[in-house]
Amino acid sequence: MMLAHLPVLEVLVPLAAAPLCALLRRPLLAWGVVMASTTFALGGSLVLLFQVLSNGVISYHIGDWAPPWGIEFRLDAANSFVLVLVSLVGTMCAIYGRKSVEREISPEAQPLFCTLLLLCFAGMLGVTSTGDAFNLFVFLEISSLSTYVLVAMGASRDKRALTAAFTYLLVGTIGATFYVIGLGLVYALTGTLNMADMALRITDIGDSSTLRVGFAFIIIGFGLKLAIFPLHQWLPNAYTYAPSMVSAFLAGTATKVAVYASLRFLYTVFSPNLHFDAQVLQTLFLPLGLAAIFVASGVAIFQSNIKRLLAYSSVAQVGYILVGVSFANITGLTATFLHLFNHAIMKSGLLLAVGCVVYRTGSCSISTFRGLGHRMPWTMAAFVIGGLSMIGIPATVGFISKWYLVLGALERGWWPVAFAMVAGSLLALIYFGRIVEAAYLQPSPEGNKVTEAPLSMLAPLWVLTISCLALGINSEFTVSSARAAANALFFDPHPGLSMQVGP
Amino acid sequence: MRHHIILRIAAQLLIPPILLFALYVQFHGDFGPGGGFQAGVIFAAGLVLYGLVYGVAEIHRVAPTHVAMKMMAIGLLIYIGVGFAGLGLGGKYLDYNVLLHDPMAGQHLGIFLVELGVGITVASTMLVIYQCFSEHQSRDLADDEW
Repeated sequence: MMLAHLPVLEVLVPLAAAPLCALLRRPLLAWGVVMASTTFALGGSLVLLFQVLSNGVISYHIGDWAPPWGIEFRLDAANSFVLVLVSLVGTMCAIYGRKSVEREISPEAQPLFCTLLLLCFAGMLGVTSTGDAFNLFVFLEISSLSTYVLVAMGASRDKRALTAAFTYLLVGTIGATFYVIGLGLVYALTGTLNMADMALRITDIGDSSTLRVGFAFIIIGFGLKLAIFPLHQWLPNAYTYAPSMVSAFLAGTATKVAVYASLRFLYTVFSPNLHFDAQVLQTLFLPLGLAAIFVASGVAIFQSNIKRLLAYSSVAQVGYILVGVSFANITGLTATFLHLFNHAIMKSGLLLAVGCVVYRTGSCSISTFRGLGHRMPWTMAAFVIGGLSMIGIPATVGFISKWYLVLGALERGWWPVAFAMVAGSLLALIYFGRIVEAAYLQPSPEGNKVTEAPLSMLAPLWVLTISCLALGINSEFTVSSARAAANALFFDPHPGLSMQVGP
Repeated sequence: MRHHIILRIAAQLLIPPILLFALYVQFHGDFGPGGGFQAGVIFAAGLVLYGLVYGVAEIHRVAPTHVAMKMMAIGLLIYIGVGFAGLGLGGKYLDYNVLLHDPMAGQHLGIFLVELGVGITVASTMLVIYQCFSEHQSRDLADDEW
């Protein structure tokens, strides 16, 4: 019985655990609930992924109302892969969080922090699972609203978190509103909210200006959420001033889920067969992606706050993902999903390492990193491995995703693009080089008594770091899942359309 | 507030009908316009009026913030609990048909409980928002705090 309901339990267990945390007084109990529910979600998402890979699409009808009228949770290879990614990062951050948050947030506020964290987590899982376009909006808002507050909770350490959260609130709300406006137009045209049904009707109706305007609103709405290059201004401050654990969690999940949602619209609801869809992929995503790689990496080089540096690097990595999408071929899409997953584990790992430094020193400016290579050997070793992976050194996951990105570019015959992506990696070499130089080659300041971070923070950090290496050496799991995900979107937009569409 | 006799009497006359109307909107939601969201807001409006007329301390005595915050969570848990009940009784999540012996009665009970949960959460959320703003001591931020 449990297995049949797993698609919905995956989202509901964290969602139900959220109000439970709000009722608990003791921080320790609340953290227990967080860890239990995220671990459940991780296990569940792995089971779902293997089920989907072996048996095909799973469709769950909420309240037993048949789609397209009722809300459907629809899992194919693409979103079950993203579920694994979100729940993996969520679980690691939850284990890491208790110690880290203890230092940054008052004990009375901790159960509420846990509530928000679980709401955010459940919202992202919901966005990923649902097959209903309006339900997607609701989950998007659940996760976004809780994200704004999570970022603002960094205010106990630095008051600038409040302005960062407010900017994020404004931009995020505009993004969500644009999505609903676009959805409203498409709904007016198709009369349905179920994504698969919507896709069928759009194919029947064909191109029209209403459809184009709706499409534009939806893509820009998601563009704000996923920090497409010129729309990324909210991201660096939000990541910098949020509590360490929240930065790591968001960097690994929030933008990734938004990328997934926009891919779902680009490929499943609309399709590249529509002229304007294909055009957006090539004439918009490619230059913006390349611009993001160079501009954001360039800005990252000059940052002295490590969290801000990593935030700009995230904008650059979103650029790589967009370039992968713009190839509009199966290799490019495989590379996109690979980089989605790989970037999430390495960037979360890096931010967890920075969180360890913040835990011990209370600061994340580059000057505090001086000599830390000897004082915090485990933390800094994990940081270096994460950094190497961001650069794309072989035997790390970063290499695997860059490899597939370059393959995708060559398949299109776009030599300059392939060259540009490799050149972009060199910029990453510069900004990580600066940190590594400070940590290992510069002496630590006199009287520095910093010691290694506690085990409960190192363990999740190293789980991510080791998976960074293990999946870089044997990429069987990620590559085959990413390829299945790309196939699900690319070739078979309406797999096993089980429902009976009304006359 | 003692000398504002018109305000006090007007509030005394208005608050009970407001709360009663909220309950009507809540429980009549199956048959007419209404439901948990609207009822919750109307109910909270009654409490906010009480707070405006009798003062912040008084509203905290009648409806303490920590209780209201518990109610927020409890309302949500009622909603999710109904969903899980459907699941436990052999249906899908949020399937009301299986809640009682016949589907019609099940649908009635299900939507009744779900809307009750929504009403409790909305009312207590509105109240907590009001209380948070009303007890906020305004203080000028120093330059370095930005």
